[in-house]
Order: sequence, then C-alpha cells, then structure tokens
Amino acid sequence: MNPDASTIAAGAPIEVDLSPVAEGQDIKVFWRGKPIYISHRTKKQIDEARAVNVASLPDPQSDEARVKSGHDQWLVVIGICTHLGCIPIAHEGNYDGFFCPCHGSQYDSSGRIRQGPAPANLPVPPYQFVSDTKIQIG
Amino acid sequence: MSGPSDYQPSNPALQWIERRLPILGLMHSSFVVYPTPRNLNYWWTFGAILSFMLGIQILTGVILAMHYTPHADLAFKSVELLVRDVNYGWLLRNMHAVGASMFFVAVYVHMLRGLYYGSYKEPREVLWILGVIIYLLMMATGFMGYVLPWGQMSFWGATVITNLFSAIPYVGESIVTLLWGGYSVGNPTLNRFFSLHYLLPFLIAGVVVLHVWALHVSGQNNPDGVEPKTEKDTVPFTPHATIKDMFGVSCFMLLYAWFIFYMPNYLGDADNYIPANPGVTPPHIVPEWYYLPFYAILRSIPNKLAGVIGMFSAIIILCFLPWLDAAKTKSSKYRPLAKQFFWIFVAVCILLGYLGAQPPEGIYVIAGRVLTFCYFAYFLIVLPLLSRIEKPRPVPNSISDAVLAKTGSRSTPMVSSAIVLALAGALFAGSADSARASEGSDKPPGNKWSFAGPFGKYDRGSLQRGLKVYKEVCANCHGLSYVAFRNLAEAGGPGYSVAQAAAFASDYKVKDGPNDAGDMFERPGRPADYFPSPFPNEQAARAANGGAAPPDLSLITKARSYGRGFPWFIVDFFTQYQEQGPDYVSAVLQGFEDKAPEGVSIPEGSYYNKYFPGHAIKMPKPLSDGQVTYDDGSPTTVAQYAKDVTTFLMWTAEPHMEARKRLGFQVFIFLIIFAGLMYFTKKKVWADSH
Repeated sequence: MNPDASTIAAGAPIEVDLSPVAEGQDIKVFWRGKPIYISHRTKKQIDEARAVNVASLPDPQSDEARVKSGHDQWLVVIGICTHLGCIPIAHEGNYDGFFCPCHGSQYDSSGRIRQGPAPANLPVPPYQFVSDTKIQIG
Repeated sequence: MSGPSDYQPSNPALQWIERRLPILGLMHSSFVVYPTPRNLNYWWTFGAILSFMLGIQILTGVILAMHYTPHADLAFKSVELLVRDVNYGWLLRNMHAVGASMFFVAVYVHMLRGLYYGSYKEPREVLWILGVIIYLLMMATGFMGYVLPWGQMSFWGATVITNLFSAIPYVGESIVTLLWGGYSVGNPTLNRFFSLHYLLPFLIAGVVVLHVWALHVSGQNNPDGVEPKTEKDTVPFTPHATIKDMFGVSCFMLLYAWFIFYMPNYLGDADNYIPANPGVTPPHIVPEWYYLPFYAILRSIPNKLAGVIGMFSAIIILCFLPWLDAAKTKSSKYRPLAKQFFWIFVAVCILLGYLGAQPPEGIYVIAGRVLTFCYFAYFLIVLPLLSRIEKPRPVPNSISDAVLAKTGSRSTPMVSSAIVLALAGALFAGSADSARASEGSDKPPGNKWSFAGPFGKYDRGSLQRGLKVYKEVCANCHGLSYVAFRNLAEAGGPGYSVAQAAAFASDYKVKDGPNDAGDMFERPGRPADYFPSPFPNEQAARAANGGAAPPDLSLITKARSYGRGFPWFIVDFFTQYQEQGPDYVSAVLQGFEDKAPEGVSIPEGSYYNKYFPGHAIKMPKPLSDGQVTYDDGSPTTVAQYAKDVTTFLMWTAEPHMEARKRLGFQVFIFLIIFAGLMYFTKKKVWADSH
C-alpha cells in the first residue's frame, strides 16, 4: 500500500523561478501535493526572526539554520501545520509569519512555532539554489 | 446457539435439508424458543434496532456503490448526479447518510443501557468487549464513508484524522504514508478508503454474529440484574421479544424518517457541499457529531501525542470496564450512588460533544480539560471506589418477584441528575452567547419561504423569475454546472414544458467535438446539455475577478450556512427549520452598503457587505432596482430579485425536494399506523406476562 510508481514519479523535484516575487511577497507552489510557501522576506522580518532568543522557543532552531546562507531573504517552508495538517495563512498572526485557522497555531517569519498546539516548526523541504533567482525543490 | 435443538420441521423437503444442515433448528432455538427475561424494558429493543440499521446501511450502500465513482476528480460530481438522476437516488443517499447517524444514536443508547444496567459484568465480559470492537469498527467505517463524497469536510477531516497517526513515535510517518498512498491525502487515499468502507461493514456483520452468539450463551441481562432462575422468569423470544422489537424498530424508524424526508442535511456540515480543495482549509474543521466527544478530548490535551493517546484510550478503557467496576450488584436500579454518577457521566459526554464543535479558545479549552478529567475519573476513580463504599439496596430474589413488585412502587425522582442537566443547560446557553458575541457578522434575517416546512413547495412563478435573474445577472460570473436544461421541464421544477426547455437550451452555444477533422466546434444547446460555465476553468475565473473565483451556484444554498447556536439548533429539529442557506444567500444579495461603518476597513477592490463573513466581499453589488424586467407584474425590486433567485437556487440544490416531502408524508402515515398495530399486538401478546 506504499505510493505507486506514478505517484513517486510525479513527486520528482521541481524548479521555481523566484524573479517575479517582490520583497514582502510570497508564493505558494505545490510539490508532492503539499503546499510550499516561498517568502521573500523584508529586512524587518529577517531581523525579527534573528532577534529572538533561540533557547526560549518551543522547537529551538536558529533562523540561519532554516535558510540558505547568502539567500537569507528567502524562506522556503512546507505550508502544513505540524499540529493536524491544515494550511496556515501567510502574513497573519502576531509574529509576522503564519497563522493556522484550524486550531490557532502561530508561526513566526522563520516558520517557527511560537504559540498554539503545534509541536514543531514548519518543516523546510529539501531544496537548493540553482541560480540566484531559481531554486530546485526536492 | 444454546445447545442442540430438538426442532423438527414438518415439511419433508425441509426435513431433508435439516438432516444435512440443521440451520432451521439453529434459527428456531436462537430466535423462536430462546428464553428471554420477562422484565426487559424498551431499552432492550436497541439490539434489534442496530441489526436493522446495519442491514439498511449494507443494502443502501451496495446500491450506492453501483453509481459512485471513487476518483478525486469525479467523486463529488458522481454523488451529485446520483442524487439528481438516479431513480430515488436522493432517497438512497439520504437513507445512507442519515442512517450512519441513526446507527450511532442507537449504538450510544445501547452502550449506555449496558453501562447503566451493568451488562458488562460477569459472565458477559466477552460479550461486552465484542461490542466495543464493533463500535471501533463502526467508527472507522463511518469516518471512511464520510470521506467518499470528497467535499471540503471530507478532505480536511481525512487530513486531520490521518495526521493523528503521525504522532506515534518512530513509525507514525510511515503509517500515515501507508494510509495516504502518496505524499498527502489524494486520489490513492480516496480509492483505498472506498475499498475499506465496502469491506468493514461485512467485518462488523461478522463480529455481530459473534456478539449475538456470546449473548445467547450467557443469556440476556435485565433491568433487575438477577439471572433467570425458573421457567417463570422468562418468556419465549417469539412472539414476545419479536413483536416488542418490531414496535421499537417502527418507533425508531419514525425518527429516522423525520431526518430522511424533512431535514436530511441537519446532521451534516454545509462545507461538505463544497468540492474538496487541497489549497483552502475551512475555518472550522469539525468531525461528524458522533465523534465530537473524542475530538474534544483530543483537543483539550495540549501535547499532540498525549492528545492522541487520550482520545484512543477514551474508547479502549471501555474494554476494561468489567474489571474496573467490581460491584456485585449489576443494575444501577439498586445502586443509589452509581445511578447518580451515571447521569453525571451522560451529561459529561454530551457537554464534551458540544465542546468538540466549538472553536478551541478561551473558556472552551478550560471546560474541555475539566470534562476530560471527569470522563476518565468516572472509569478510573468513581467506579472502582463505588464498588467498595456503596451500600446497594437489596435486589429481588428473582425476576418474577421484581415484576410483581413493580406494580406497587414508583422510582424516586433523580434530583441530582436534574441538577446536573440544569447546570449543563446553563453552561450551554452561556457559552453559546459568548460564541455569538465573538463571531462579529450579523445573522441573516429569517424569511418566509414557500418551500419551508413539511408541506413546502416551490413557487413556480418565483422559480421562473429567479431563472431569468440568474440568466441575465448571475450567469455572467457564476456557473450552474450540475443543472441541465432538461431539468427545467422536470416535475417539481419551474414548470416549463419539454419544448420550452428545448427552446431555452437552443439559446446557448455549447462547445462540442472533436469533429472528424479533429476540431472543437460550437453548436446550439440541447436539453441534455448542462448550463455552460462562464469561465473555462477556475484559474481563468480567479484571474478575471481580482483573485476570488465566483463559486458555482448549483449547490450554493446548501453549501452556505451559519451557526444557530444553543438552544436554536434543538428548536430547529422540531420546527424543521433548515433554511439557513437560503436566508444567508438572500441576505448577502441585499446586504451591500455603500459606506462601511466606522472602524471597518475594506481593502481596495472589495465591497462592504453586512452579512458576508469578514464583511469584505469581492463581488460588487449585483442587483439594483429595475435591472431585470418581469412579465408577470411582480415588483422589480432588489428584495424581490433576491427572493426569486434564492428560490431558484434552492431548487437547483434540491431539485427533488417536493417529491421528498410528498413521499415523506406517505411514509409517516404508514409508519404511524404500523407502529400502532405493533403496539396493540404487543400488548395482546404480553397480556399474560406482565
């Protein structure tokens, strides 16, 4: 009952062009049936994400560990709430990040859980930069 | 099932079979001469009611499966077409969907009856555990069945519930992948759920056979909890129990028919009339009502893994009940304290169910935690303790003694349970008020609809005018993709002739093809064609309307609703009020205001609407006075347009409503007469036994 060959093939890596995404905007792409948020973060959002004391977080992780160095403005996360799988809404909540409408979990501008029932940060999918304006997810 | 039978059929052909397979003897000893305690009350008819419901569910389910397509792109449509086009498809679907709820109503009564009268105690432990297994199988079956229509609640319910398993350490993720058959809930998930939903009922039927077998070995418990000792304590199953069960089943069918024919969507969720969309989460994901107490337990525990464990152990704990409650007296009738705690437990379950449907914030979270504690405390603290400290009243010597004594004494009123229920009611009322205050949008005003109530019919003139409004105004942006032109000439619709419907269809251009040259071409519409959609796909609709796709209107009056809150949702059951959808649609059409009130900011490109959730609607004010001309002299006002087009859209959502209510009336007449006959037959049969 594991995924069949066509499902696995359809889950191959995809390339996303980032050049049309302006600062402060974000886009949602689907990969393996999951929504992936790609946020072009503002300076303010990056500073907020880095100012917080990592040890005080429910799921401690530094912002640097969640983005690719040299591309600090880009946040790529799987937009599935780690509580029960709903899709959080971008640019909502108290932390300039994501807000899940189902059970009220709030994530910050680095996709880290800050408040609510979710146990973990929004996962970062495997991806790399193939050029300055293009990433490959998967 | 109780020893070899000495039954001998008189017919030689049956004798021939009986010598080779003694099945008639088995039936005879199990369901004819089987001794049943003579003091059983009506709570004991729920076993028969449950067998009846299982039969109905399997029968309707098998026929529904003949018309259903288990594919993510086609499932929703196939269910809609099943309801619209299959002969009595609406009846089959209502029977099956409502039947699931009725099945759970009956099983909860059956379980609480077992709890109250101590039916789980020695020697009936295995019988009880088999029952818990049936209940678990029912929950799995019900959940998978709810996924099949592939609406928004189906999809997101499946997402939330399958994600529960990801909480299991180490193997959780792989279990979830196995359930999904992919990387998320999708087509493979739907396919395997369909397969399992077809399989599990037969497993249930198998366990039911074991359950009945175990019952017939240990014998039935009874309200006095003393085992039958002599012949005088029992009566033969047929005719006594059979006729009583028939009466119980026919009364239960009255309730069942009330839902099937008059309020089929009362127990469902409006969101499930919106096709599944993996990119949009509904604001409140709520499971079916029969899972709500467990959902409340899940949410009240802040840790994810602990929550999942709490939820499952709330059911598994029932298996240990025979050993948690060590009291010698079976029936709570003779246990003054246990009786009161039982009613408190019932109130706790109902309140947990109510909390499960509320958003998890503020007072609800705290109340949920308190009640979760109470739920487990009943099993882990109260019952073990009671068996040590409680002084039960003396039980009668035998069942016949109990029957004779019954005529004299009446049971004392249960003051404590009354207090508990009053408290529960007050809490309900209070919390509903706070919920209403936090919602923000105005409630749509109620309207007088011609189609409301048990004898409601569509107003033909209103339907025809509404069609005109749809065609001239709404159709510019909104599709009506489940409605065909032929439907306009069908009984219970706008009342056009076949020729008129054909003429109406020929005004439309319909894309067809490919022709022999391989090209698509346009031709005039035919009665069999469906209303063409204004946009080729959802993305085009979205792009042309500033990012918000205009929803298809075929089901809009069933896909929109608003919370009525306590106590209205109980009152609505009796008044058959179910026009939240039409009230909302009509209110939104009239709720536009040029200037937003102070303190409400409306983003660029949106419009203020008093009744739209959040108030910022992308649709500009669609109707204005005099916009559509009417030939029949009806006023050409926005209020009249809204009324007409809403009536029309109610018909597109429920084209068979008139047939449904008409048949419902006939069924009710029949059931009432049938139940009456059963009652008097039962009285006659039992005349000597009471």
